[in-house]
Amino acid sequence: MNFGFTEEQELLRAEVCKFLDQRCPLDEVRKLVETPEGFSRELWKETAELGWLGLTIPEAHGGAGLGWVDLVVLLEETGRTLFPSPLVATTLAAAAIRASGSDAQRKRWLPLLADGSRIGTFAFLEASDLHQPEGVQLAGRPDGDGWRLSGEKLFVPDGGAADVLVVAFRTGAAPREIGLALVERDAPGVAAEAVPSMDLSKRFGRLALDGARVGPGDLLGRPGAAWPAVARLLDLGACAVAAEAVGAAQAVLQLTVGYAKNRVQFGEPIGRFQGVKHPLAEMYVDVESFRSLVYYAAWALDESPDEAPLAVSRAKAYVSEAFPRIGIDCIQLHGGIGYTWEYDAQLYLKRAKWARSLFGDAEHHYERIAQLGGL
Amino acid sequence: MDFHLTPEEEAFRDEVRAFLDENLPPEAGRDGKFLLGWNRKVRAKGWVGFSWPKAVGGGGGSIMQQVILKEEMARRKAPPLGSCFMGLAWVGPAIVEYGTEEQKRRFIPDILDSKLQWCTGYSEPAAGSDLAALQCKAAREGDEYVVNGQKIWTSIAMWSKWMILLVRTSSDPDDKHAGITCLLVPMDAKGLSVRPIRNMSGGTVFSEVFFDDVRVPVENRLGAEGEGWRVTISALAHERSGIAEIEGLKRQLEAVKELARRCKRGGRPASEDPRVRRRIAAADTRIEAMRLNGLRSLTKQLKGEPLSSETSINKLHRANLEIELGELALEIQGSAGPLGVAAKQAPDGGRWQRFALSWAEVVIGGGTPNIQKNIIAERILGLPKD
Repeated sequence: MNFGFTEEQELLRAEVCKFLDQRCPLDEVRKLVETPEGFSRELWKETAELGWLGLTIPEAHGGAGLGWVDLVVLLEETGRTLFPSPLVATTLAAAAIRASGSDAQRKRWLPLLADGSRIGTFAFLEASDLHQPEGVQLAGRPDGDGWRLSGEKLFVPDGGAADVLVVAFRTGAAPREIGLALVERDAPGVAAEAVPSMDLSKRFGRLALDGARVGPGDLLGRPGAAWPAVARLLDLGACAVAAEAVGAAQAVLQLTVGYAKNRVQFGEPIGRFQGVKHPLAEMYVDVESFRSLVYYAAWALDESPDEAPLAVSRAKAYVSEAFPRIGIDCIQLHGGIGYTWEYDAQLYLKRAKWARSLFGDAEHHYERIAQLGGL
Repeated sequence: MDFHLTPEEEAFRDEVRAFLDENLPPEAGRDGKFLLGWNRKVRAKGWVGFSWPKAVGGGGGSIMQQVILKEEMARRKAPPLGSCFMGLAWVGPAIVEYGTEEQKRRFIPDILDSKLQWCTGYSEPAAGSDLAALQCKAAREGDEYVVNGQKIWTSIAMWSKWMILLVRTSSDPDDKHAGITCLLVPMDAKGLSVRPIRNMSGGTVFSEVFFDDVRVPVENRLGAEGEGWRVTISALAHERSGIAEIEGLKRQLEAVKELARRCKRGGRPASEDPRVRRRIAAADTRIEAMRLNGLRSLTKQLKGEPLSSETSINKLHRANLEIELGELALEIQGSAGPLGVAAKQAPDGGRWQRFALSWAEVVIGGGTPNIQKNIIAERILGLPKD
C-alpha cells in the first residue's frame, strides 16, 4: 500500500520546480504571453531536452517511457507556475499515436513529438460543445484508399501552434462511428488559427477542414471504431488539466495565505479573523481533496483502465466545481489589490476558468458519475 | 503508487474473510445472543483493541492489518469489534499510555471483554468549543478528590459504568490548560447524578451529569495532576476517522439512490431529475475523496511520518455529507419529506426523517465544523491564532 510518489518522482518534481522557478517565473510568463505565439520556442527546446515532452512516450521512440502519474508530477509544477507551453496538447497527440497508431506511424511521429520538432494536439470539440460521440460531426467521406474531411473543430488546445492535429471525424450515422486521423496544418484544405483565450497562458485554436485528404498512413486505427480511443483521450486530457489545476490552486491559496498573514487591518493581520481564516481552510480542504482524486485518476489511467472513467470524472468534476470558486474567493480576500492587473491572483482566476470547461465541466462529469454509478 | 497488498497482508485478509464466512450470519439473524458470542469470538482472535500492545492484552496488529480488518468488517456490515465504544476508542488508549500498572490491570481487561461501558465527561455548559475553559472543580482532601460541578452533552451516560472526567485542580489565569486533571469515576459514585437530554429527533443520547461532593480516590487519577489536557489530546488522537466510516457513507448514498428511484418528482422518478443526479454524484465524489485522503494519511503513517491536523479535512467532509445526505433524502421525497417519523406514509419507516434530525453527534461532537476550520487554518496554514 503506497499512495505516494517514488523517490524518482520526487526528484523529477524538484528538478521541474527548480527549472521553472529559474527560467520561467511569473514575470517571465507575463512577458511570454504577450508575444504572438504566447510561449517560448527556446524553453520549448529546453523542455524537450529535459525529457518533459517525451515523458510518456516509449523509450524506443525517443521518450522516457513513464506514465500518467509521472506526468501529474510535472503538470502540478507547470500549473503552479502557469508555464505557457503546448506540452499537454503535444502529450495528448503522442498518446493518440501511441495507442492507435501503427508501428510505422509511431516510428515516424513519436520521436518528432518527443524532441520538440513538432507540436501536436487533439481536436475533438465542435459547435455543439458535446463531450460525447454525438459531438463529432466533422464529416468524413471515403476517397479511394483514404478519406476527405470537411468541417470545423473548436476550442482546440494550442490549435494555433500545432503542426500536427489528431482529428476525430464522423464515418457513419451511428453515434460511435468515429475515426481518428492525423492532419498536418500545412496540408491542402487545412486552416488552423489561434483564438484568444481569457487565460493568456493557454491558447485555443480553431481548425477548419475543407475536403482535406487523409491517406492510409494518416489514419489512426480503423475508421469507424475509434470511439474507445477518443474517450480515453478525453480522460487523459481531463486528468492533465486537473493536474495543472492542483498546482495552480495550491499556488493561489499560498499566495492568499501569505497575504492574510501580512496584511494588517483593524490593528491585526487579517488572517486572525475567522471571516478570512475559514474560507482559506475550506479552500485547503478542497485543494487537498481534489489532489487526492487527481492522483488516483492518474494511477487508474496507468494501472487500472476499467476504473479510470469514474476516477477521472470524480477528479475533474471536483476541480471544475471548486477551482473557479477558489479563484474568485482569493481575489476577494485580497481586496482591491487582488483585482489589479499587476498582482498575480488574477492570473490564477483566469486559469480556473480555462480549467473549468476544458475536457468537460462539472455538469458533464457529475452526470457521467451518476450514470457510471447506476443512475 | 501501489495499492496492492503484500502476500502476508493478503493472508491476513483471507483469515479475516474466512472468519466472517464462518461466524457472521446475515443481518436479520443477528440478535442479542449472537452479539454476546460475537464479542467473545473476536476477543479470542485478538481483534478487540487490535491496535493496542499485546502486553496489555491488545492484538498488536500492524497499521496495515488494522486497516484490512476494519475494511473487511465494514464491507460485511459486521458489528463493532467489542461493545465498549469509547473505552476502545480513546479511554483505553489513554490508560495504556498514561495509566499505572494497577489501572491497566483494573480497567483494560473489562474494556476488551466488552464488560465495561465508558462515557466521556469533557464538555460543560460554559466550556464547549473552548474546552480548556472548563470549571468543574476537584479539590484534594487527603487521598481523595472532591468533585463539584457539571458536565453536559455526555453521550450514553445513562448506560455507562465509568466516566473519563476532566476537572480543574488549579487556576492559572495565563495558562488555562495547566490546571486540568483527568479522573476515572464510577457512575454510581455518591453525589453523581445523570439527567438525560431529549434531542431534536426526539431520542435521548446526551445527558447532563452533576457532581455534588463526589469523592474520587487519588488512585483513580489518570496521569499526573495538571496533566489532564495532554492525556485528553493524546487520547483523542486515537479517534481516527476511517474506513468503517467511509463504508457507512457509501451504504447511505446507495440507499439515497435507491430512494430516488422510488420517489416521484414532477411525475417522474427523482433519479431522473438532473439536480438530484448532480447532488448524488457530488456526494459520491466527496466520499471517494475522503477514502483517498485517508489513504494518503495512511501512506504517511506507514512511512513513519507523524500525522498533523489533516484528519480535520475528512471531519469537515463528513459533517457536510451527514447533513447533505439527510437533506437530499428529504427533498427527494417532496411533500412527504416533512412527515413525522411515526407517519405510516413516510418512506422506509421514517428512517430518513430520523436521519435528517440526527446529525448533531457527528457534526458537533469532537469539534464543530468551525472549530475544524480554525484547526486547519492555524495548525496547517499557519495563520495567527484567534
